[in-house]
Amino acid sequence: MQDNKLRKVLLLGSGALKIGEAGEFDYSGSQALKALKEEGIETVLINPNIATVQTSEGVADKIYFLPVTPYFVERVIDKERPDGILLSFGGQTALNCGVALYKAGVLERYGTRVLGTPVQAIMDTEDRELFVERLDEIGVKTIKSEAVETIDAAVEAAERLGYPVIIRAAYALGGLGSGFCDDREELLTKAEKAFSFSPQILVEKSLKGWKEIEYEVVRDRYDNCITVCNMENFDPLGIHTGESIVVAPSQTLSNTDYHKLRELSIKIIRHIGIVGECNVQYAYDPASEDYRVIEVNARLSRSSALASKATGYPLAFIAAKLGLGYGLYELRNSVTRDTSAFFEPALDYIVCKIPRWDLGKFQGVDRVLGSSMKSVGEVMSIGRTFEEAIQKGLRMIGQGMHGFVENKELVIADIDRALREPTDKRIFVISKAMRRGYTIDQIHELTKIDKWFLYKLRGIIDTAEELERLDSLDDLDADLLRRAKRQGFSDFQVARAVLKERMNADTEGYGLAVRAIRKAAGIVPVVKQIDTLAAEYPARTNYLYLTYNGTEHDIDYEGDHRSVIVLGSGAYRIGSSVEFDWCSVNALGTVRQAGWRSVMINYNPETVSTDYDMCDRLYFDELTFERVMDIVELETPHGVVLSTGGQIPQNLATRLDEQHVPVLGTQPEWVDNAEDRHKFSALMDSLGVDQPRWRELTSIDDIHDFVAEVGYPVLVRPSYVLSGAAMNVCSNDAELVDFLRLAAEVSQKHPVVVTEFVQNAQEVEMDAVARDGEIVVYAISEHIEFAGVHSGDATIQFPPQKLYVETVRRIKKTAGQIARALHISGPFNIQFLAKDNDIKVIECNLRASRSFPFVSKVLKLNFIEIATKVMLGLPVERPAKNEFDLDYVGIKASQFSFSRLQKADPVLGVDMVSTGEVGCLGEDTYEALLNSMLSVGQRIPEHSILLSSGTARQKADMLEPAMMLHRKGYKLYATAGTHKFLEDNGIPSTRVRKPSEEGEFPDALQLIHERQIDMVVNIPRTLEKRELSDGYKIRRAAIDFNIPLITNARLATTFIRAFCKMSQDDISIKSWDEYK
Amino acid sequence: MQTTRKAKIVLEDGTVLEGESFGSERSVAGEVVFNTAMTGYPESLTDPSYAGQVLVSTYPLVGNYGVPQRGTDGRGLSLNYESEKIHVEALVVADYSRDYSHWKADRSLADWLEDEGVPAVTGIDTRALTKVLREHGSMKGKVIIEGCDEPAWVDPNADNLVARVSCREVIEYAGGSKVVVLVDCGVKHNIIRCLLRRGVTVVRVPWDYDFNTLRWDGLFISNGPGDPSLCGVAVENIRRALDAGKPVCGICMGNQLLSQAAGATTYKLKYGHRGHNQPVRRVGTDRCYITSQNHGFAVDDTRLGNDWAPLFTNMNDGTNEGIRHKVKPFFSAQFHPEAASGPTDTDFIFDEFTSLL
Repeated sequence: MQDNKLRKVLLLGSGALKIGEAGEFDYSGSQALKALKEEGIETVLINPNIATVQTSEGVADKIYFLPVTPYFVERVIDKERPDGILLSFGGQTALNCGVALYKAGVLERYGTRVLGTPVQAIMDTEDRELFVERLDEIGVKTIKSEAVETIDAAVEAAERLGYPVIIRAAYALGGLGSGFCDDREELLTKAEKAFSFSPQILVEKSLKGWKEIEYEVVRDRYDNCITVCNMENFDPLGIHTGESIVVAPSQTLSNTDYHKLRELSIKIIRHIGIVGECNVQYAYDPASEDYRVIEVNARLSRSSALASKATGYPLAFIAAKLGLGYGLYELRNSVTRDTSAFFEPALDYIVCKIPRWDLGKFQGVDRVLGSSMKSVGEVMSIGRTFEEAIQKGLRMIGQGMHGFVENKELVIADIDRALREPTDKRIFVISKAMRRGYTIDQIHELTKIDKWFLYKLRGIIDTAEELERLDSLDDLDADLLRRAKRQGFSDFQVARAVLKERMNADTEGYGLAVRAIRKAAGIVPVVKQIDTLAAEYPARTNYLYLTYNGTEHDIDYEGDHRSVIVLGSGAYRIGSSVEFDWCSVNALGTVRQAGWRSVMINYNPETVSTDYDMCDRLYFDELTFERVMDIVELETPHGVVLSTGGQIPQNLATRLDEQHVPVLGTQPEWVDNAEDRHKFSALMDSLGVDQPRWRELTSIDDIHDFVAEVGYPVLVRPSYVLSGAAMNVCSNDAELVDFLRLAAEVSQKHPVVVTEFVQNAQEVEMDAVARDGEIVVYAISEHIEFAGVHSGDATIQFPPQKLYVETVRRIKKTAGQIARALHISGPFNIQFLAKDNDIKVIECNLRASRSFPFVSKVLKLNFIEIATKVMLGLPVERPAKNEFDLDYVGIKASQFSFSRLQKADPVLGVDMVSTGEVGCLGEDTYEALLNSMLSVGQRIPEHSILLSSGTARQKADMLEPAMMLHRKGYKLYATAGTHKFLEDNGIPSTRVRKPSEEGEFPDALQLIHERQIDMVVNIPRTLEKRELSDGYKIRRAAIDFNIPLITNARLATTFIRAFCKMSQDDISIKSWDEYK
Repeated sequence: MQTTRKAKIVLEDGTVLEGESFGSERSVAGEVVFNTAMTGYPESLTDPSYAGQVLVSTYPLVGNYGVPQRGTDGRGLSLNYESEKIHVEALVVADYSRDYSHWKADRSLADWLEDEGVPAVTGIDTRALTKVLREHGSMKGKVIIEGCDEPAWVDPNADNLVARVSCREVIEYAGGSKVVVLVDCGVKHNIIRCLLRRGVTVVRVPWDYDFNTLRWDGLFISNGPGDPSLCGVAVENIRRALDAGKPVCGICMGNQLLSQAAGATTYKLKYGHRGHNQPVRRVGTDRCYITSQNHGFAVDDTRLGNDWAPLFTNMNDGTNEGIRHKVKPFFSAQFHPEAASGPTDTDFIFDEFTSLL
């Protein structure tokens, strides 16, 4: 029975998406809020992540876009006086914050009860020493680990345990500050760093090569327990589970193994006293039944989100209900709706999770995978064979791979080493090694991956080789083709295997040829349901996937043309994450409300759009042309929405159009006119709209000629790559030549686009919706930073506070012209450069952009709802309100995850590097900025600031803020040039020496190590990225020692002004609805 | 590629699904049932309760961890299996894994099936097949291997399968001073292991043996295959044993026979319960358990005598999962507390029983 005394409950969100804490907490929080709402409980949410679904209207009753820190949460509690608080739905951020509030006695003082797992149980699992003690009490083995508080103690412990050892920081997110140490020297470096994150570190014996197995366990207050799912890591222990390929259920465990660990999980959860959900991770000896418990997460986690999607069991929803006091037996299985929630799902398929890395975006980053997490997203694929699931998954990752085979040749100098020291390319190295004749035993020896997985992968190679022996698509026989499809080969892979290089002549055409051949042979995928009970009971589930390992569809199609298919955004990656999930979910909701059947295709387990409650039919499947066509042929939809899921769906526009698939909204030919650089430029010229000068060039000489015309700096990028992979700004001949030699090929076949780079210009964004070329609603926002910082990394202010009225007028006019010229019907975004009232267009996307949720929520006008109505042909009214009527300001700030990315240079440039963002509100720029900066982990410094600013102009800009800091009583440290500049202008500072300098001045790095500095402002001199320079070392030290760092002059000055003008206490605690 | 023979499964209602053979090359007939477990094929295949049945695995990937070695411990109990041999008539899966990997494996599932003369089919849409069985109920069926003679239809439930799988003579497993008579209706070895682990002496007797002539402290009635109404002799023996008032416990078939002795009747379920995820609730309490199950018949507990009451019920379909006597130490479970394969949550049943001795 639920507790009737609860009237108001506070839920803590997880803030900005970061490595180790991503979209999964939007999903779990949204589910929990839904569970509370059903009970008629008033909900209050604190989460500054404005792009999430949980911070949408109607999900929680009150939403605070404020930092999830003890200070702010206490102030919200003081204002709202909730009866209960939920700590386990917002990742480690919420959990740590909750524990801090509990320890400080805040929760007790306000009579706020922690629902679900008691705080003591959380602390028992978070503090390693306590944890080991608790498990010792019931004779459960843990990894022998010693908690130490000094470096010397760490060395002693390691010597006792014997190298190799692993160290980890206590209370850290997803393995932050952890790593393997083979010897004393490695230990010293890593321990020092770990201590900067936590006062306590743990030294453990390494169990490299053991299997890593996880269980998701649920317990109610009556002590009833279930394990919802188990999962097995493809990669053995040693690689963080967030970095591992994971399958569910486990594949290489016998019944004895499986149930031994299951029984232990239940024993543990009972002893610790979890009420709700937890995750137990094991190391399991591949040659005996020996085990160790690695850790227990007493909260919803990335794994629990994955388990929910893998099984159809809504863990977060159930956990929230259990927190309210329900017993499992009182709740229903939400898939069958008849059977009890007290059961363990039986799967009749296999799922495969694969991480998505974006390491290529970072300068200097260490690509070797280990015990700390670096991936930025993940995918989940579903199949009825392992081969099918893994090949689907490798395509879903979206980095140009077609599966396990038939990819672009990988260049690997030392295969042995690449197998032994895994990087983000590991699985493809295995493919290559197999092709080179490595045996299963050899690969197993080097990787310690269980041979079962390797045998299965070998089977894929065997089929590929059989296909490769053919010479023409006409030779394909049905049995071989069927086997290939059952092993997850795409039509493209089959065609490439048969045709080899001939494929390049017409990749799309040959793919379609294979499609025609197999359809003629009756080889088509079937649709299966995920029903939690392996077909034992009828299920009214709309949760579907496609497979070639079956002969019958689970559902009947109506053929009524009432479906509207919305394509989702795929794996979270740098440049595309939760914001597109919000867009997709809102599009689905609008489709549903308008009386159409809402159909979603997406494969990201971290999302809300893949919650089967959000639509009428969910295909948890690929967003490839082939798979989308399969689904279109089954659904025979009224139309397909491509413009709310970011770039992945947009890229399919032309091909779907060629197959006569009805695309809703802006027509594909116009999308092509915007995406194709040449067509777009020609169009802009015809409209008289200015663009930065650019040219597509095929030789170095041509590039030099062009640079002579426009002058440095220039932006250099390969053509047809959006969102800037391999982009670079070159400021002089040396850099240009260097870049072209190292990072890009210049040839007839691979032209390079060189663009004039306008310096010190403002960047302005226009997000809008048009109907038949007429703008219906728009939002203009401005970047705090000057152009040159990727719009995904920039701090964005809306409504703009510093734009000339003239500039705004010109932008509106130009956007109107473009909308008309491109016949836009739906969402779009245009980026402008503005300098002295001149505006230039830099980019135009005929789809929803990253900032749609931000401007929609600040303006309180749902742009996606309006856009979807337009696409469905429903009437929309021009809204009465205007952004310039708002009495408040919204600021979107970026979250960086450099601390996870060892060695990466934490600078901003034309390539996006942030992993998430927040959006906060305030009465003015300063309040909104403070809120958002504090939300992304910046802190207001207390005593000392290190200044080191680049160019003369930047130094000049920093002058006034430096004076403010001085007057505020901050101690300033500065590197030579900056010190002199400050001195010349009468601002006292202490000169420090850079790493490469000699002399008696205090060492900057030393000061950072000793934490004598609590904020670093380091502005790189030029836009070029350099490793190993003094600046790099200072920036990296700030990151490694967890000291707030700002690298942009404009942002630094605005932030400094903000915290000099107002303190944390001056920030008003206002919920979203109180901003009117 | 190994060449394989084509194979198919044919159901009484005309359903035909085609795949490839991976076990013994001979065709068989039996009752087709499905199991939703995701692990435990060596245990399931050797569970005597599957006698006469063609087992369909809803979990598609089977054979991944090979088969552990055969052989018995000092007491004659199988080291890794639930009986001396494979009891299913045939096995049907979606994706048999020829290659296997496990430190305990000493051969592949295919080799084992072939050794024991049991046919098997892979490449079958077992989800589609399961849906047919769910909608129409368990059915007679055949597994036909290409090139092998087609057998006639067989209804195993018409035979006394218990008599087929029960031991032929009394076997004693020496333990402590307390003596438990175990009526072997097709006992899984883990039941014996679970009892022995608690320090009792187990006297395993054939299903129709009149154990009332023996000296015993407790009576345990095992699991077993087929229709419980064909075991009248055993029910009669149990009914007489109840007069002694000494502890009595039963599992699965044991629950059904004890219920009959207590006046209730049994009936055939449409498609039975076979899997590792069946939820049961202890009647009148908040306590729920995940159980391993394998049964096609159930007890109609509305017809129990006045002195008896249901002990557990199935939380999915409300069927009986165990009974108890209101005053005397008699109780039983329809599920398998000995697990093997499956969850071990209800192991306490053995504690409850032995503590009464």
